[in-house]
Amino acid sequence: MAAGGVSHLAENGRAKWAKVSHPPIDYQDLHYYAAPKKKPGPKSLEEVDPELLRTYEKLGIPLHEQAMLAGVELPEGETSRPPMAVDAVFDSVSVVTTFRKTLEEAGVIFCPISEAVRDHPELVRQYLGSVVPVGDNFYAALNSAVFTDGSFVFVPKGVRCPMELSTYFRINAKNTGQFERTLIVVEDGASVSYLEGCTAPMRDENQLHAAVVELVAMEDASIKYSTVQNWYPGDENGRGGIYNFVTKRGACRGARSKISWTQVETGSAITWKYPSCILQGEGSVGEFYSVAVTNNHQQADTGTKMIHIGRNTRSTIIAKTISAGQSDSTYRGLVRVLPKASGARNFTQCDSLLIGDQCGAHTVPYIENRNMGARIEHEATTSKISEDQLFYCRQRGLSEEDAVGLIVNGFCRDVLKELPMEFAVEAQKLLQISLEGSVG
Amino acid sequence: MNAITQDRSDTLAPFGTRLDGVTDPVRKAATGALHRSGLPDRRVEEWRYTSLRFLAETPLAAPADVYDVAQIQAQLEELGLTDGPLADLPRLVFVNGRYAEAFSVLPAEVDVSLFAKTQTFGPLSCPDRDPLTALNTALAADGAQVRVPAGKKGGDVLLVSLGQTDASVSFHPRHSVTLEDGADLTLISIQAGRGRYLHNPVLEVSVGAEANLRHITLQTEGKEAACLATTYAQVAERGTYNSFVLGLGGVLSRQEIHARLAAPFATVHVNGAQMLGGRQIGDVTSVITHAAPDCISRQTVRNVLDGHARGVFQGKVYVDRVAQKTDGYQMNQALLLSENAEIDAKPELEIYADDVKCSHGATVGALDDDQLFYLRSRGVPEAEARQILIHAFLDEALGLIEDDVARTVCTQMLARSFPVAGENA
Repeated sequence: MAAGGVSHLAENGRAKWAKVSHPPIDYQDLHYYAAPKKKPGPKSLEEVDPELLRTYEKLGIPLHEQAMLAGVELPEGETSRPPMAVDAVFDSVSVVTTFRKTLEEAGVIFCPISEAVRDHPELVRQYLGSVVPVGDNFYAALNSAVFTDGSFVFVPKGVRCPMELSTYFRINAKNTGQFERTLIVVEDGASVSYLEGCTAPMRDENQLHAAVVELVAMEDASIKYSTVQNWYPGDENGRGGIYNFVTKRGACRGARSKISWTQVETGSAITWKYPSCILQGEGSVGEFYSVAVTNNHQQADTGTKMIHIGRNTRSTIIAKTISAGQSDSTYRGLVRVLPKASGARNFTQCDSLLIGDQCGAHTVPYIENRNMGARIEHEATTSKISEDQLFYCRQRGLSEEDAVGLIVNGFCRDVLKELPMEFAVEAQKLLQISLEGSVG
Repeated sequence: MNAITQDRSDTLAPFGTRLDGVTDPVRKAATGALHRSGLPDRRVEEWRYTSLRFLAETPLAAPADVYDVAQIQAQLEELGLTDGPLADLPRLVFVNGRYAEAFSVLPAEVDVSLFAKTQTFGPLSCPDRDPLTALNTALAADGAQVRVPAGKKGGDVLLVSLGQTDASVSFHPRHSVTLEDGADLTLISIQAGRGRYLHNPVLEVSVGAEANLRHITLQTEGKEAACLATTYAQVAERGTYNSFVLGLGGVLSRQEIHARLAAPFATVHVNGAQMLGGRQIGDVTSVITHAAPDCISRQTVRNVLDGHARGVFQGKVYVDRVAQKTDGYQMNQALLLSENAEIDAKPELEIYADDVKCSHGATVGALDDDQLFYLRSRGVPEAEARQILIHAFLDEALGLIEDDVARTVCTQMLARSFPVAGENA
């Protein structure tokens, strides 16, 4: 696979259509693997990177949840925490996976993909690269060539995963790119909810994050994949920050299967990401809920692809874009209905909010329909925060920043309500932090 | 990745030696740009949905100067230019890209000169960016240059382009329309013909302050013809450019409009409708640039697609940082009548100003079963019921044509090309 990836790197150009600009990346200069310095699994919060804890503190996450998110190992038998299994990936290396016992009892496999290659080679061989082919695009090829670790989830027939699964990604080392690979396979009638969080400390230089996520949902299976992305966005002058060039795709292979992507994108200097659904199974459902916030000099070109192949497939796209400072934010989404997808249905709504007069917000939907029995609807609006709304809030004693936060949260409500509870709270706070300094 | 920088002049092979030996500096620059870019293929984002492979299949010669007068007369009759509401209107008729004085009637109040005599290119086109404009710039032989003096009402003027050829040819007329301040004009472009040809016109439109241009294009090119037309429009303060394109003919057609709102309170309408069947490909592409505050743009495009036809809509609204208080609205709707028809739509908003009101919408679907049932339950036969619904769908778009004569003619032309819907009844 790695060799295939390398050969595709030579052939493929990088995509030209995305509305992002950055200096050329020197791929030879990147570190593709850095073993984490800390010993796996900090035993208590004292051992966790203080910088990380400060972020959590800002987010107002309760201590025990912080411990969980930071990947602190759980003493056996403890039950006070909400059940959530965490796999922490630092610099492309999986350092800790919690709750493995409980999951094993249910038959769920949740482990670093490096272990999965060793322990479940037949599963990995069958599914890895089956949704995102090695040569899919430049960054997927790069990932296929160099990936070292990531998460693997397998939910067998008829099993409802007993808890939320979560992966926490962090780029720690200097000069390192992160190239993790996630593979989630859910068999007939099974379901899983998966959360992904990303952070990186401040650095002056740009770092590359080129991940690949593959989801496979069989008959009646359901996968809910939520992301709160808070990579370091660079400073207010646009120096540093993560290049987040990620390929995420799910295949609804079985009838009535469902894949739902929810993302809150607040970080990264540049985001280039289109979580997609290939709707093969009859009556399968794809959903995409997105909030993308850009401030200062951030650039985001994000959206989704819904490929309707099977009959009566349905997809919903709700994208909220908020631009502030001197940032540029683009929604780019494809809805493609192939000739056999009779009765396919899509609804797309894209709303953009501009804060300040130095930013840009763009909407680029692609609609390709080859079936007369399909119905596709697309709506997009662009507006700013109205003076009336601001005035109303200010009059009731809210500071301008709080008022903007309140209005922005209202604007994003349709998406935030799709997030699991703990994440929704975090996401709301994150929105507010990202927009700091954009008003007044 | 090198594809972009490569010399792609091999795509120009159909034009043979016609692009050699150009001396005029403007044409020379255009030819140079064209040799660098070649004709666009589908890897170019702007041409993602429309392939020009059709052009590569046969050589495209320069058309002969002589044509069959009787056949032209027959074409004019067929288009309703000798009888009915259009019969009395002044007209500028071009045959295979050349001005045909015998069939033309010059308008009053309007100055007309010919590109063949003046050889001047306007300032609005972008041959460096748009390969088909470069092609036109390199090969343009003739065209109408229309000017309406300040404050004058030019009335209705027809600009007729007819193709009539046995061999495989291409012609590249270069038109311009200038409305001085406060002037008013209705321009009805009719594109038609017989035989296998490429019609590649470029039209530069300049609308002065408080001037008002209604521009209706009726594209009913021959069954084997390709029409790749580009319009560049610029509108001054409180001016209005109101355009409508009705696309019915040609095996391959693209109506590309670049409209620029250059001063405050200007208005642009870029509306259109297409009804296609067989293996037709019809592309409506527009870029509306809000370059000044307080401007308004409106766009409604409706497509009806039958057989193996493919409709393409690409509409971009660009709002510059200075263009505060922009009011932009864009709507694209398509009706698919056959299992094999296809619609590709890409409405696009690119916005850099914060105090704007911009929205776009797109819908795609088949005829509504409930509506069909309603009509059938009242005794309307299925085929007729379908026709009624298709008519109603397109009628709403045609209602946007502000000129009565043009609207009547478009409605008639549409009705004539209707049997297309019977196929899947």
